Amino acid sequence: MRAQAGMKLLTHNLLSSHVRGVGPRGFPLRIQATEIRVSPVDFNPDFVTRMIPKMEWAALVEAAESLGHLSELPRQLEEGYEKDEDFLRKVHHVLLEVEVVEGTLQCPESGRVFPISRGIPNMLLSDEEAAS
Amino acid sequence: MAAPSASMDNSNQSHPKLSKTEKKFLRKQIKARHTLLRHEGIESVSHATENLVVANGGLGNGVSRTQLLRILERCGSVEALLMPPNKPYSFVRYRTKEESKKAYVTLNGKEMVDDLGQNIILYLNFVEKVHWEDLRPPVLPPGLMIVEEIVSPEDEKMLLESIDWADNSVGQNAQKSLKHRRVKHYGYEFRYDNNNVEKDKPLPGGLPDICNSILEKCLKEGHIKYIPDQLTINQYEPGQGIPPHIDTHSAFENEIISLSLGAEIVMDFKHPDGCTVSVMLPQRSLLVMTGESRYLWTHGITPRKFDVIQASEGQKSGIISSDAGNLTLNKRGVRTSFTFRKVRRTPCDCSYPLVCDSQSCHQNETFPSFPENDKEASELEREYVHRVYEEIAEHFSSTRHTPWPQIRAFLKALPKGSIVADVGCGNGKYLGLNKDIYMIGCDRSQNLVEICGERQFEAFVCDALAVPIRSETCDACISIAVIHHFATAERRLATLQELVRLLRPGGKALIYVWAMEQEYNKQKSKYLRGSRDSEEKEEHFNSSVLASGLFGEQNPGTSTHNSVCSISATNDLKDGGCNANGVINSKLSVHTNRTSFHSQDVLVPWHLKRDPMRDKHAEPLKLTPDLGVPRDPSPVFHRYYHVFCEGELEAACRMLNNISIQQSYYDQGNWCVIFKKL
Repeated sequence: MRAQAGMKLLTHNLLSSHVRGVGPRGFPLRIQATEIRVSPVDFNPDFVTRMIPKMEWAALVEAAESLGHLSELPRQLEEGYEKDEDFLRKVHHVLLEVEVVEGTLQCPESGRVFPISRGIPNMLLSDEEAAS
Repeated sequence: MAAPSASMDNSNQSHPKLSKTEKKFLRKQIKARHTLLRHEGIESVSHATENLVVANGGLGNGVSRTQLLRILERCGSVEALLMPPNKPYSFVRYRTKEESKKAYVTLNGKEMVDDLGQNIILYLNFVEKVHWEDLRPPVLPPGLMIVEEIVSPEDEKMLLESIDWADNSVGQNAQKSLKHRRVKHYGYEFRYDNNNVEKDKPLPGGLPDICNSILEKCLKEGHIKYIPDQLTINQYEPGQGIPPHIDTHSAFENEIISLSLGAEIVMDFKHPDGCTVSVMLPQRSLLVMTGESRYLWTHGITPRKFDVIQASEGQKSGIISSDAGNLTLNKRGVRTSFTFRKVRRTPCDCSYPLVCDSQSCHQNETFPSFPENDKEASELEREYVHRVYEEIAEHFSSTRHTPWPQIRAFLKALPKGSIVADVGCGNGKYLGLNKDIYMIGCDRSQNLVEICGERQFEAFVCDALAVPIRSETCDACISIAVIHHFATAERRLATLQELVRLLRPGGKALIYVWAMEQEYNKQKSKYLRGSRDSEEKEEHFNSSVLASGLFGEQNPGTSTHNSVCSISATNDLKDGGCNANGVINSKLSVHTNRTSFHSQDVLVPWHLKRDPMRDKHAEPLKLTPDLGVPRDPSPVFHRYYHVFCEGELEAACRMLNNISIQQSYYDQGNWCVIFKKL
């Protein structure tokens, strides 16, 4: 069997539950992981620096923590981080290297659980769940 | 088109005193003028020009070029004589107005005897322009070839003399069933009641020995790959013909060859689109039909005593172009054809299932109706989009490897560090194009998303109507060949709204949908050109999702599209959806691959080719074990599409709030829009 990708925490930071009516309260999805993998990715400080302002920082920290990979990330973003290579490397690791292979994502508002299998979240809703 | 003409009746007033006969001619002349306008859109004018339309002086009513030219040149020097095929009129241009006036006066009401010996009367009217558009493609049907002088005149004579028409010991029922021509069968009898051969009842004697040398020659020169085992001899007297037909797929193999002996004849080939190509089969030539020309095009001989042929010498075989300045009539002789075919022993697996009797089980499939409400639309999409992609995912993916240049350019031009969602990412062919951006893909098909996963891309399963990405996070979105799979205008609009929601202010979306118009600005889309090239073929043939730009080549012209494409996005919304013909709740039609679209809402066949090696490994996820499709070598699936008319995608985008359209263009059979969120 060929290797599968895992769900990176960067991807997780973009995902939000879309069950009808939950709106912004569908974020962040709670992760329950049964298989986590760390895959090395080339460090690109420029890329990480550009990503950080697009992230919901608290959700990233919470997700990393729930997987046991907090990697000494500070709870608050501090000024001047773009010059702090050590910090950028930690963020790089959490955003791109920690992957969920098997597990679930849970909507914090409705409780709906979405499976992650072979690294792929299945976010399909039934017609009733999706109807607007 | 000529300028609007002056009043039709003023010529009446300018001739107050006319004899009875003159009045009759005038009436007829005016009638001819009206008929030309009404039926042919040819507008005549009341003032003199150099140009005249000559009613009744046409190839269509038996007047030959030399005959008419002789009469016309009596009035002056003829600069051009256009004789459109099958029309009862022609156009003449004189060098000066004086000459055309002379022709108008002296030839109006002129009686002449046509090539068939009938009296006809010419009626002339002035026209602004001499104009005849050639809509026929200047190419032979793909797979068709004519080899001239394949046999010598001596061999021709010998072959013709060898036929014993009186001997009815074999093929008894053949002759009595055909009143239009003489026919004889060897090898196997062709039965006209079921258009097939009895494969387990070969006729005694096989093919005549006299044919051996010619067949060996054909084999040696590569015109055929195997020696035929069935021969049909047809003899056509002038005035006889054979109705348009496709040789039964299941009866015979791909290659069909036919010798024309005794006389030349014009054979008409017709594509399901309606495009007709007339081909001259010279005496002693060999016609070779393979591939598309054998399987998809009908061929036939119009029963008539004269053929319309090229007036100039030089080119013998091949297409009779509709260059109206170069056509004349050619009297037919007795033509005898020797048609050799190889009886097929396995079911036909051609790529034209809609005209294939071996694959006809799908013709009995009941196809769904156009959806009347959102629920029906959702069900249609589930059966005819989602399930189909799950089934064909692997084969589909194997045909999708080359990114489209303009989509690649869009992605490459995005700023470093952009977050981009590919909504409807398929096998992820765009996900890895730019290493400086972060792309996530999603698709409705689990099996396609699995392929993305295997390729180490970030992807998840969802519907484009409800994308689980938080609002205003994306710097860009792409939606490539996705929205045309949604079955109502509301649902298509909702997918666009979802893209807007994902974009941050200033973010851009690129949308591609398949176009109704597969020929645009006289440019034929890539497909047919590609189909002759094996590499392109794989990508474009079956397929279509990326719109490959199917099949412009046979289009009779783009004007037909305009007439069916009158429904704008907004109208469609108001009506709650209707197909291109405005018919609500009609059955969806099945699109014939390699033809232009006749309806905006269609089912497009996909011919599944399973990789035999792959089947030895783990089967892909089987979410849908039973689609009612038999496990034959090449099952056919149908995907629902709403193909977009020109302006329709843009009109739908204009209904969105907070966006501005940056670009709207046509790219290889697709309509495309780039918009920016404000």
